[in-house]
Amino acid sequence: MSLTPHHLQLNQQGQLRHFLTIEGLSRELLTELLDTADSFLEVGERAVKKVPLLRGKTVCNVFFENSTRTRTTFELAAKRLSADVLNLNISTSSTSKGETLYDTLQNLEAMAADMFVVRHGDSGAAHFIAERVCPDVAVINAGDGNHAHPTQAMLDMLTIRRHRGDFENLSVAIVGDILHSRVARSNMLALKTLGCPDIRVIAPRTLLPEGIDQYGVRVFNDLRVGLRDVDVVIMLRLQKERMQSGLLPSESEFYRLYGLTRETLALAKPDALVMHPGPINRGVEIESDVADGPQSVILKQVTYGIAVRMAVMSMAMTGQTTQRQLTQEAN
Amino acid sequence: MRLTIEGARVIDPASQFDEITDLHIAAGHIQAIGAAPEGFNASQRIDARGLIACPGLVDLNVALREPGHSRKGNIASETRAAAAGGVTTLCCPPDTRPVLDTPAVAELILDRSQAAGNARVLPIGALTKGLEGEQLSELVALRDAGCVAFTQGLTPMAGNRILRRSLEYAATFDLTIILTPQDADLAEGGMAHEGPTASRLGLVGIPESAETVALARDLLLIEQTGVRAHFSGLTSARAMDMLATAQARGLPVTADVAAYQLLLCDEDLVGFSSQLHVMPPLRSAADRRALREAVQSGVVQAIASHHRPHEAEAKRVPFAASEPGISSVEILLPLALTLVADGLLELPAALSRVTSGPASALGLPVGIGQLQLGGAADITLFDPAQACEIGRNWLSRGSNCPFIGQGAPAAVTHTLHGGKLVYQLT
Repeated sequence: MSLTPHHLQLNQQGQLRHFLTIEGLSRELLTELLDTADSFLEVGERAVKKVPLLRGKTVCNVFFENSTRTRTTFELAAKRLSADVLNLNISTSSTSKGETLYDTLQNLEAMAADMFVVRHGDSGAAHFIAERVCPDVAVINAGDGNHAHPTQAMLDMLTIRRHRGDFENLSVAIVGDILHSRVARSNMLALKTLGCPDIRVIAPRTLLPEGIDQYGVRVFNDLRVGLRDVDVVIMLRLQKERMQSGLLPSESEFYRLYGLTRETLALAKPDALVMHPGPINRGVEIESDVADGPQSVILKQVTYGIAVRMAVMSMAMTGQTTQRQLTQEAN
Repeated sequence: MRLTIEGARVIDPASQFDEITDLHIAAGHIQAIGAAPEGFNASQRIDARGLIACPGLVDLNVALREPGHSRKGNIASETRAAAAGGVTTLCCPPDTRPVLDTPAVAELILDRSQAAGNARVLPIGALTKGLEGEQLSELVALRDAGCVAFTQGLTPMAGNRILRRSLEYAATFDLTIILTPQDADLAEGGMAHEGPTASRLGLVGIPESAETVALARDLLLIEQTGVRAHFSGLTSARAMDMLATAQARGLPVTADVAAYQLLLCDEDLVGFSSQLHVMPPLRSAADRRALREAVQSGVVQAIASHHRPHEAEAKRVPFAASEPGISSVEILLPLALTLVADGLLELPAALSRVTSGPASALGLPVGIGQLQLGGAADITLFDPAQACEIGRNWLSRGSNCPFIGQGAPAAVTHTLHGGKLVYQLT
């Protein structure tokens, strides 16, 4: 008696039908996604910023956690693909009336939604929806608990690729609260899959998850050692709660040891990219001058985020539609 | 009614009896093993050739969900499921609503289980009032009402002082205490074994030390107070070491493990199936190996189902939001028998872990968990050659079982409780 997990994200032809995690996706698929996003970047520069790929489709942004930036870029991405968009902030509506996640989504499905973009505080929530609630609706994970934030990872990859060409000879450092970061988890997986040879994580032991070596990364506790000669620095947001739970003594000690300043950035390669998934805490994990400095691509990341989300949405919609046709033919 | 079970391989682990023979039952008791007593005229016969007859199974941990959680199950439904699993004696934990901390609740459970008539139910009383960990329950009154042991379950004591006092008080009256060590503070917010899998899934981890820190404290206090103690649902390799060391030093502590812990491990959580959300959590493959070895060596005397039926909605949510537990009393035997299939134990020894082992661990009345002349005819018959699909004719109200749909290596064919046929495979 044993249990075998199955592959949820791909249709029978190996196309993306849900986008839940980077885990299990091939280098070819991630590269295709980046190529598609590249082609959509050009759409954003046109006077009429629309393509008709999702015309007649309904995309529901279902956010159980607040996030202005992520929700807005998903909304823009869907609109540029000509979809109808519905935004739902569930934290303030149905669940407080006692409706379950299951019922909320089944109701939305009954309104003929074609795609759910879901952010939820529970790790595995997007898996749950794709597997148990609405397998026929394309589900895009916009962040689930500490588990995954795959569209953020892919926009980070697009940012790196557009500025550095490829991943083959890069050193990338991820700095800060790895333990609670879905961005870090998805980034480590994406960098590995795309062939980045030197992935470093830099944090005190209290902010590192157990078994971090499974990601094939090098662990540094000292920022000044870990940043040496890296090509890319990805800073993570530090939540205030971390001080109360005994993981860190204070913001200022964290900043002193792990904050990215002009001084510590100087240890990296001279033209090293500075990235951050946002929102940034100036003076907590990153110095203002660095965040706004010439090496920072933090705002570029936001721009690329729209193109990446357009790519994910169009690919998942195609994969889901193809799967529906395959299932109909089989019946 | 006079019943003869003909031609079964009769295995009684307690007396090391293992022969193909007949069992003769009258007035609810075993009258003879082998030749029929003079003048015995069976009114009913079971042709049991090819089947194995063993003592009715003893399951030390079966949540019946009554009173208070009827959406999840009730005494009638869950004892019927137990009978289908070959379980004729079961202990139910005190986390009912109201909590089993007064004789009235114990009496209600006993009355309803007697009315249902599917199995012998032995309640476990709450060690503290309301399981709040602050004030002792009336342990002697609860004993007199039928409670065979006392536990706090996974709910923490207010402090070590009340824990020590409660063990001391229990020792005064030679009561048995059941402990499930898990330091609530170290486990805070956790839902899976702290390790690479939980890290990758972004699930908050429960470190092994949540179990071992509490176990170390418990062992010291048991030694100091001299209380009779049994550990229920241990999960880690390190805990197995600590238990073996304590036993080697002469501390009379016993233990059971959850049957599913012998088959599943944290790696199975990939995919986030809420069916695998259990508490204490599924640990690593190495821990699972150590648990199996401890069952093999006898450091762990008992395998219990840790049956926790749930309504569908309790599991139809993301992993982290789901309620922990597996409905498993119906498959206790096939889960235990995987140890035989894997070559860890001979069949009689494996059966002892679900019959005489648990009975003696809790010091249950003589006759329970064994085949005894003149004793109650609690007998389970099963077909070791008949594979069956788990979940067909599922009886528990909770269908929250990750093994449903899989093949089981053996099938319970008949269960007799007090000489009455309470289950028959159709």
